[in-house]
Amino acid sequence: MNIVEELLNNHSRLALSKGITAVENEYDNAVEIMTKIYPHTGNAYVIGITGPPGAGKSTMTDKIAKEYRKRGKTVGIVAIDPTSPYSGGAILGDRIRMMDLMSDEGIFVRSMATRGSLGGLSQKAGDAVKLMDAYGFEVIIVETVGVGQSEVDIVKTADTTMVVVIPGMGDDIQAIKAGILEIGDLITINKADREGTDKLNIEMEMMLELNPEHVSWRPPINRTIASKNEGIEAVVDSIEEHKAYLMESGKLAEIRQARIKTEVVAMVNDRVNRYIDKNVVETDDFGKTVARLSTREIEPYSVVEEIVINVLK
Amino acid sequence: MANVKVLVAKPGLDGHDRGAKVVARALRDAGFEVIYTGIRLTPEQIAEAALQDDVNVVALSLLSGAHNTLFPKVVELLKEKGLNDVLVIGGGVIPDADIPGLKAAGVAEVFTPGTPTGNIVEFINANVK
Ligand code: B12
Ligand SMILES: Nc1nc2c(ncn2[C@@H]2O[C@H](COP(=O)(O)OP(=O)(O)OP(=O)(O)O)[C@@H](O)[C@H]2O)c(=O)[nH]1
Ligand SMILES: [Mg+2]
Repeated sequence: MNIVEELLNNHSRLALSKGITAVENEYDNAVEIMTKIYPHTGNAYVIGITGPPGAGKSTMTDKIAKEYRKRGKTVGIVAIDPTSPYSGGAILGDRIRMMDLMSDEGIFVRSMATRGSLGGLSQKAGDAVKLMDAYGFEVIIVETVGVGQSEVDIVKTADTTMVVVIPGMGDDIQAIKAGILEIGDLITINKADREGTDKLNIEMEMMLELNPEHVSWRPPINRTIASKNEGIEAVVDSIEEHKAYLMESGKLAEIRQARIKTEVVAMVNDRVNRYIDKNVVETDDFGKTVARLSTREIEPYSVVEEIVINVLK
Repeated sequence: MANVKVLVAKPGLDGHDRGAKVVARALRDAGFEVIYTGIRLTPEQIAEAALQDDVNVVALSLLSGAHNTLFPKVVELLKEKGLNDVLVIGGGVIPDADIPGLKAAGVAEVFTPGTPTGNIVEFINANVK
């Protein structure tokens, strides 16, 4: 199958799926596919949804997707779950909340495991988003658990980022506060049917009050009960308001340009790292060097100097 | 970097999900990426999810007795969607007499109660494309 041709011209969902697999598994044709689809990207609006485990991110994603469908938009979803560090396997459970989206041709959901590839994941998720973009999805939602740095990097690839919090997280909230301030364009208190919602709302308000960064855009705080589809319209309204703000202020172009820069730098770093792994780290010579280093026969500074000079030759 | 992806799904109205969850966890522990999709799904939902996640294996679980119609239906829909290389396996409360018919319909293997999960892992590793 000609993946690019089928994806761009024949609207083949199978081609889209195979294309994502190619980048996910780093198949030989991945770079070629991405090169060819790239000119067809840049049209989708990308929304990142993050928050602690079990906050209701997938339920929310499902409901937001349905709301966008009501508003006439097609929706692509990339749902990321962690790989088990013990087995290398994973249970990807996001899709379970989205099964009734399966009968809608205007929606495409892809599950992805983190596969422990720290830097690589954001690139792969970014490529999956681009493939959906090129296919023609108008809104793309990326769901990730907001715990690690690589997850934060992924949501940074979004135009609008929403952080989902829930009442009763106790001290956890302290830990994610800094992260929220940094990345949340929108804050959503889900499980608002639970005790502690008012208290959390006040805490969030205070937090935003203290942050001097929000001069032109103050993250709105919405309350939802995602499992009952309550408050979702207001969330989508807030997303659209943020989008309008970004467009009118010229910030959208700005953040997209910054993103491209980050992306290219990451890609260059990745290539360089791989080159060094293959041509330096994995050589017998390097093993011997390390042995000599550990007996202090030689010192690392000259070794590094020599390696760098060699690599740059 | 190519991990084996397995969709674990329960077609029909059957609510017995213990076995499916046991199998899902065992497959994760064996290093597979398992997409667990929950109970009460139509064959169409299952086939579409298999397409969107480009899985290598579709693992169907049924204890209610409706396997003779639902398993072949899933196989048929996968083919319709162009997913010709997907390995389809099944398990649950399935009478021995039904197994040859299911195999003829394209279900590669059927695992009945008491199967050690290691056998399932072995079968997938030996037969996945
Ligand atoms: C526990 C159980 C329940 C629990 C279910 C809890 C749950 N959430 O799963 C409860 C009490 C809720 C229940 C209810 C009912 N049950 Co019930 N239940 C059982 C029971 C005793 C054990 C099932 C079980 O969990 N086994 C443990 C798991 C780990 O084993 P397993 O599912 O067989 O899975 C193994 C293999 O089969 C295989 N496998 C399973 N799936 C898959 C999938 C793949 C891909 C692979 C590779 C392998 C594989 O690997 C697993 C590990 O070895 C069985 C009898 C039995 N001995 O099987 C009846 C049984 C399944 N139930 C039955 C019935 C009739 C019902 C009810 C209709 C009863 C009623 N009249 O109310 C309801 C319907 C529930 C519903 N909503 O669908 C009948 C089904 C009859 C039939 N097939 O013709 C059975 C067979 C009992 C009987 N002999 O009559 N049940
Ligand atoms: N009470 C209540 N439960 C909810 C609400 N929204 C979602 N849930 C439930 O919370 C549980 C977790 O929901 P998910 O949508 O899977 O949460 P998640 O954040 O995607 O979870 P992970 O991806 O595993 O981190 C499910 O049982 C949902 O039904 C809500 O507003 N109120
Ligand atoms: Mg989720």
